[in-house]
Amino acid sequence: MADTIEAEEREMVEDITSFLAGYSKERRHLIPLLQTIQQRHKYLSEDAIRLVAGHLELSPCEVYGVATFYNQFRFNPPGRNQIKVCLGTACHVKGGDIILENFERKLGIKDGETTLDREFSIERVACVGCCALAPVALVNETVHGHVAPSKVEGLVLGFQLAKEKAERERRKEASGERQGTD
Amino acid sequence: MREKAEAQIAAESETALPTIVIGMATCGLAAGALETKKGFEETLQERGIEARIKSVGCIGHCYAEPVVIVHNPGFPPILYHQVTPGKARMLVRSFLEDGDPLFEYMLGAMEANDMIPAVGDFPRFNREERVVLDLCGDIDPERIEAYIARGGYAALAKALQGQPQGVVAEVSDAGLRGRGGAGFPTGRKWALAAGAESAGKTVICNADEGDPGAYMDRTILESNPHQVLEGLALCAYAVGAKEAVVYVRAEYPLAVKTVTRAIEQAVRWRLLGKDILGSGVDLDVSVFQGSGAFVCGEETALIQSIEGRRGMPQHRPPYPVEKGLWGLPTVINNVKTLASIPRILQGGAEWYRTIGTGKSPGTAIFSVVGNVTHPGLVEIPMGVTLRSLIFEVCGGIPKKKRFKAVQIGGPSGGCLPAEFLDTPIDFDSLSQAGAMMGSGGMVVMDEDTCMVDVARYFLDFTQKESCGKCTFCRIGTRHLLDILERITKGEAREGDLDLLDELSRDIQGGSLCALGRTAPNPILTSLRYFREEYEAHVYEKRCPAMVCRALTAFYIDLDKCARGCDACVGSCPVEAIFTTLNRKKGIDQSLCVKCGECMVACPPEYSAVCKVSPPEKAPIIERPAKAAEG
Repeated sequence: MADTIEAEEREMVEDITSFLAGYSKERRHLIPLLQTIQQRHKYLSEDAIRLVAGHLELSPCEVYGVATFYNQFRFNPPGRNQIKVCLGTACHVKGGDIILENFERKLGIKDGETTLDREFSIERVACVGCCALAPVALVNETVHGHVAPSKVEGLVLGFQLAKEKAERERRKEASGERQGTD
Repeated sequence: MREKAEAQIAAESETALPTIVIGMATCGLAAGALETKKGFEETLQERGIEARIKSVGCIGHCYAEPVVIVHNPGFPPILYHQVTPGKARMLVRSFLEDGDPLFEYMLGAMEANDMIPAVGDFPRFNREERVVLDLCGDIDPERIEAYIARGGYAALAKALQGQPQGVVAEVSDAGLRGRGGAGFPTGRKWALAAGAESAGKTVICNADEGDPGAYMDRTILESNPHQVLEGLALCAYAVGAKEAVVYVRAEYPLAVKTVTRAIEQAVRWRLLGKDILGSGVDLDVSVFQGSGAFVCGEETALIQSIEGRRGMPQHRPPYPVEKGLWGLPTVINNVKTLASIPRILQGGAEWYRTIGTGKSPGTAIFSVVGNVTHPGLVEIPMGVTLRSLIFEVCGGIPKKKRFKAVQIGGPSGGCLPAEFLDTPIDFDSLSQAGAMMGSGGMVVMDEDTCMVDVARYFLDFTQKESCGKCTFCRIGTRHLLDILERITKGEAREGDLDLLDELSRDIQGGSLCALGRTAPNPILTSLRYFREEYEAHVYEKRCPAMVCRALTAFYIDLDKCARGCDACVGSCPVEAIFTTLNRKKGIDQSLCVKCGECMVACPPEYSAVCKVSPPEKAPIIERPAKAAEG
């Protein structure tokens, strides 16, 4: 687990160094740079903050201070499947917090956390602007409207089944290969 | 130029092919428009039918998504609602092949005719007056030709032949007030900027729509980005700016994409960029993505964030029109304000003044959501009453529930009870009633909404979004939230209600920007209009609307419960429901998370699940020992 994160972070550092050179050293690039990094790597690591600070000749504290001010930035790796539960006004009136709780319970993590196997992470978002379909949850880029607690279970179950199926097929393939070599 | 675009568009529509128009803005996509489109494409191919599929932005009827309009030669254009891929298949087969337009799926015809009831006869369409949204959902937002063919950029071309002062004068005469919320006269803002002596000036389109419950800026950008860009160009020309920034939230990826592409197209057509239409006027437009801070909707905070800092509001004066982005004069206008400009210049100030009321001319765009039958985006002339908007345009409250309140203006606004339904919608009447126009979010609440909980929700939001600069806003909102949380949990103390009131007024007085000054509004209005509800929470530990979860409980009425029906057991996410010895069901109160799923799952012919407040009123049913489970 720790190894994969280390490898990921090394890769991130290399990538960032390569594209930073394309930006001039003006402060106005700060937020766009952080956005670009997050878009490419899903989160901002300590190294990423340090690199950006070095390039723009700011202190890492300053950069971190700006980044934490905005809701968009995250500082730990998200899960492969990112769940975002909308808690806008319309979603609240229609029970969005219950949906969030149900995801938390099903996955055993809290808002802002990632499961240990890095499969899922949950976030609350202020409003995705689909208020007419409230309550709304996003799974990766897909918007699910009119979510009910039972729909949450269906969604999570769907992912688990897909994962189990992939696992079975992988095992079948592996055993098939073994038989072939025998 | 216009002829060229018209020729292109006309060539396409003259081919007499059936055209299928699909609304593909974020809400349409969320409802499955992409699958619907695929359904159409596949069936058309399968059946060997030639037809065009046109993607447009938001048609405005969010309750009916995915929305499809079918133009079949020989029929009027027909609007279909909730078109699933299956319905798409049927439509192709029955309508395009056999000429049966499938009445059961349609909402109505788009034009008056003898065959089919037209949507124009519905109250919604009667009341609505689409000025800004006119072309939304009608043209393809990805193609500049579509906009130009409908008269787009003509206002800009005409303005460039005259003087910038002419544009300012026209906007001033029209009496347009900023649609971002405060309602400051746009013409006056522009005149100030135009008069400022400076080598460089900037204009900014504010599309940082952070209000939970509001999404019209997103919809306009996704459905008709060129109208906004034309307004932006007109503004830049009027005040003498050579640089423009479109500030869009990064949470609106589709809007970012649409507007970025629109800018590229406009530059290619020489409508933006260097030497616009050969007039010698330049305008460089860029897109800046906001990163999700509500306070950045405030103009000085927005400027801070473009400059790469924390988005904290600054003291005004100096106002941005004197000293804004990079210390230069800057005009910041909301998306809706800018989108109104081309229409005003086309129609003239006099025409614009005929719409709306004397002090608030023009139209208001609202996203009406919550407990209404037909939620969606609505554009009405200013001065229409709340009652007309909620009950006629949006179909009233579903499930025969009673109207309780309408929350206008997001976290900065207020809740108005039924007595205010006859208030006309305009800047001044709404603020008089204690709410505000705000950016146009409107959440309708029925009797099942707890006003204390709603106030708590908004305070939770503003407390999280406070930038922290002013002590009153930073710590005061935290205190307010704590008190409200105590109240919703039934742990209120003597004097809490007075404290809420007092502290709210202090925060209003002691905050620098509108976020802090308006944060207590939801509390103050709900305290004023729904005080008895607060009192029930405080003194009787009871939530009259049965929303606050600490103060309510679910139980199953054994007289109504059917033997052997297991609907509720299966629906419970925490296995709190068990079977009693006589095969009826009971709820284990210690496990119940009060999600209400069992209430939904219980078949309507039994409706055995009940809700009570305070929770002690729920009868206690013992879970039987092991034997029953086996």
